Amino acid sequence: MQFLGFLVNGISLGSVYAIIALGYTMVYGIAKMLNFAHGDVIMVGGYVISTCMTSMGMNPLLSVLVGMVACTILGITVERVAYKPLREAPSLAVLITAIGVSYLLQNAALLIFGSATKSFNSVVGVKPITLFDGALTITGEALVTIVVGVVVMIGLTLFVNRTKMGHAMLAVSEDKGAAQLMGIDVNATISLTFAIGSGLAAVAGALLCSSYPSLSPTTGAMPGIKAFVAAVFGGIGSIPGAMLGGILLGIIENLSKAYISTQLSDAIVFGVLIVVLLVKPTGLLGKKISEKV
Amino acid sequence: MGEILRVDNINVYYGSIHAIKDVSFHVNEGEIVTLIGANGAGKTTTMHTISGLMKPKSGDIVYMGQSITKMEAHKIIRLGLAQVPEGRRVFSGLSVQENLEMGAYTRKDGPAAIQQDYEMVFDLLPRLKERRTQQAGTLSGGEQQMLAIGRALMCKPKMLLLDEPSMGLSPLLVKEVFKIIKDINRQGVTVLLVEQNAKMALEIAHRAYVLETGSIKMEGEAHALANNIEVRKAYLGC
Repeated sequence: MQFLGFLVNGISLGSVYAIIALGYTMVYGIAKMLNFAHGDVIMVGGYVISTCMTSMGMNPLLSVLVGMVACTILGITVERVAYKPLREAPSLAVLITAIGVSYLLQNAALLIFGSATKSFNSVVGVKPITLFDGALTITGEALVTIVVGVVVMIGLTLFVNRTKMGHAMLAVSEDKGAAQLMGIDVNATISLTFAIGSGLAAVAGALLCSSYPSLSPTTGAMPGIKAFVAAVFGGIGSIPGAMLGGILLGIIENLSKAYISTQLSDAIVFGVLIVVLLVKPTGLLGKKISEKV
Repeated sequence: MGEILRVDNINVYYGSIHAIKDVSFHVNEGEIVTLIGANGAGKTTTMHTISGLMKPKSGDIVYMGQSITKMEAHKIIRLGLAQVPEGRRVFSGLSVQENLEMGAYTRKDGPAAIQQDYEMVFDLLPRLKERRTQQAGTLSGGEQQMLAIGRALMCKPKMLLLDEPSMGLSPLLVKEVFKIIKDINRQGVTVLLVEQNAKMALEIAHRAYVLETGSIKMEGEAHALANNIEVRKAYLGC
């Protein structure tokens, strides 16, 4: 029964990783860049939501909505200002710029909100549920996180695979030139991708800070790296891969915390990544790119 | 028949390499015009410059009376000027049907009209119909070429740019592709065809230009060029 509890919490944490990893993987798929500032967008989302709730007295749901809007605008702005001028630049320049943006966001938060860790009031109002005569308790946060995770994954899968806009995104990720020849505006598609990724990062921020109720300028760093690992684990560029990678990573992390060692859990997570990459370099669901000439 | 496309003294560079030097030519409405030349002569660069994927350093490109020189590629196609790129470049992760849907991306005339054009494309290219739900990446080279052509037709182009449609195809398929190009032209679509297979290209074209190391070396009626000694030696191997 205890195991089931650890598993549920693992899936909950994994859902957060999956939501963040989706942003990583979509941006990588479309813009062919690793947006290392993605994790810090989570932190910005957290601060915006927290400020809305505590200083302005807004209700939690509305606050999350404001957070999403703020992060969406932030994501589009960062792309326009920092990444778009480097569209033709070598990927290393873009990567370093992304790391720069990450530090910029962290230090801006440090200036505005200070270095002290703030407590975060949960945005979740759901009561914990008790199963098996009290043997298993699942917190409202874990429950809501899993539900939101499932909704996001289903929604995004439907969007990408069933809508014209989604197909256009896939087309751009495969071949920008050919996509342009179809009349697809590549810049608009890249902006849309950053918007979706950053909006989701705000959701992830709300869920993460509700489950682990603290907030500091570096809050987004570790989950960001973990989600990146999840995206690579599942196969970077693959949307189902990011979902699978995220959830598996959450489960592995939680179970190793429970049964092996709390200190070692991160090492185990990263160790698993190394093993996966050694055995299957494209990640679990990553495709080898093959073309007929 | 009026002029539909005029390329006026364009110069195109790849970094410091002067790939296209003062190239000028025109295409009349309803024509098939072919641009023949060896590998590296600048055929694809010319095509990309017309469709907007590359920008010329100087010169002008006028399509239906409007300069499109500075227009972005995704806007040029909205004017009914579509390109079938070299090497097909179909979206291999999308199905045949979804590729055609991408071809119709700019259309605003409603699902019924688009549905009608799916049928038109399937009539013209029956092989695609059988493979409708198959991923484009799993198609054979010939089928991918058909798909690339069908995809370009889905935007209802007035003019079609075809870049090396015969590349990598068996002689039988090359014949089929050229027959399709003729059919498309008969339906009123103007065609600009870039080919290394000069023999086939000159057979179906009305007029031709010979491109050599970035400049136009010869021009004329296609059958006249096909009988020209120099062209025969250099491009027809006889």
